[in-house]
Amino acid sequence: MKFSAALAAVAFAVAALTATVVVAQQDPIAARQALMKANGRNAGAVVKMVKGENPYDAATVKAAFDQWDETADKFPSLFPDNSKDGDTRALPVIWTERAKFTAAVAKFKKDVDDNRAKAMSGLDGLKVALGAVGKNCTDCHETFRKPQ
Amino acid sequence: MLRKLIGLAAVAGIVGLAAFWFLTAPESVPASALAAPHTVNLANGKTMFDAGGCVSCHAPDKDDRTRLGGGMALKSPFGTFYTPNISADPKDGIGAWSEAQFVTAMIKGTSPSGEHLYPSFPYPSYQRMALSDLRDLFAYLKTLPAVTGRARDHDLPFPFNIRRTLGGWKLLFLDGKPFTPDATQSAEWNRGAYLVNGPGHCAECHSPRNALGGIVPGQRFAGGPNPEGEGWVPNITQKGLASWSVKDIAYLLESGTTPEFDSVGGGMAAVIRNTSQLGAADRNAMAVYTKSLPAVDGPPRPPKK
Repeated sequence: MKFSAALAAVAFAVAALTATVVVAQQDPIAARQALMKANGRNAGAVVKMVKGENPYDAATVKAAFDQWDETADKFPSLFPDNSKDGDTRALPVIWTERAKFTAAVAKFKKDVDDNRAKAMSGLDGLKVALGAVGKNCTDCHETFRKPQ
Repeated sequence: MLRKLIGLAAVAGIVGLAAFWFLTAPESVPASALAAPHTVNLANGKTMFDAGGCVSCHAPDKDDRTRLGGGMALKSPFGTFYTPNISADPKDGIGAWSEAQFVTAMIKGTSPSGEHLYPSFPYPSYQRMALSDLRDLFAYLKTLPAVTGRARDHDLPFPFNIRRTLGGWKLLFLDGKPFTPDATQSAEWNRGAYLVNGPGHCAECHSPRNALGGIVPGQRFAGGPNPEGEGWVPNITQKGLASWSVKDIAYLLESGTTPEFDSVGGGMAAVIRNTSQLGAADRNAMAVYTKSLPAVDGPPRPPKK
């Protein structure tokens, strides 16, 4: 009796947890667009330093690289089959050539990680690092995002 | 009477055919037009190469800008074009072409064998280029490696597969005029106008086209459906870019980053790989000219599904 009650409690907890996860993932389109918006905001902050509009600020650079890493980690799971249609510019090739898409995200993550130290070293390093990381933005948008 | 009418119709038909044949004859540039001595400037040739975006359609590996073997599919409402090999290979590329044949292709849209080339090759823009720039570009192309292999034939339905009909198209859309500077504008503006309208061929994608595939003159640069597939090409007149500064446009051409810190994709990604190679002064000139384009409404965009 006690055992089955405990079991029921566990089952309930699992179900509740699953439900929470499902709710969080319910709108993958909104989730991935929010990540991309954040990417852009951080890119903007860093670009302003490179252009000389703002002074170099290590904390801002670190925050940008952290957030880009987060995007790269979360991105592959945000394109489930039920998120092809809707208010999205994601192209069907993401689903028809999934391996290519996953590889592109993995390359983005690698470039973020490989260039982090350089970017943290100062403005000159940041300029080089931003070029290497930024290339991923255009490359992916070329293949996987519909023009406007 | 009837016989007379038939006879008249036959004569009219023959005259019409002859006129069609005469009017649609591919034109070429004679070698004598290039008789003036020219000192080759390879650095300028490379600038024309980068501004002209040759790589976007002729280099299948986007990370190797020197191998121009072609063979890339270019989709259009008229069918699929396969871009030719323009490497220095004498058999499969343009290695055996004369300078006059190259200039003829660029400004008349005519091949060395005397056939019309399809305007998927943007000669309506390239015809604005200066002879000296074309000669430098040709010299530069010859320094790049020879690549073997020919592209497959274009995949076009009737009647677009009849090249001769392009003679009629050219009568409508190819005026044969080189770029003429506007004396009331600055040297920088004129340099930008030349790069944007000539080698840069920006209007080829950033303008709506009519049923015959010609640019709608009143809506040049006003954007429209993406000729290469899905989506919409933005209006780059002041209707679309009012909030952009000259600096914003120049930075986009350098980095692919918009003032909202989005990064452009689609066909523009390949364009940025070209414009990022240009000198800052040329990018700035293009920005100055683009910023001066009066606001024009583009075609209405169909509502999203």
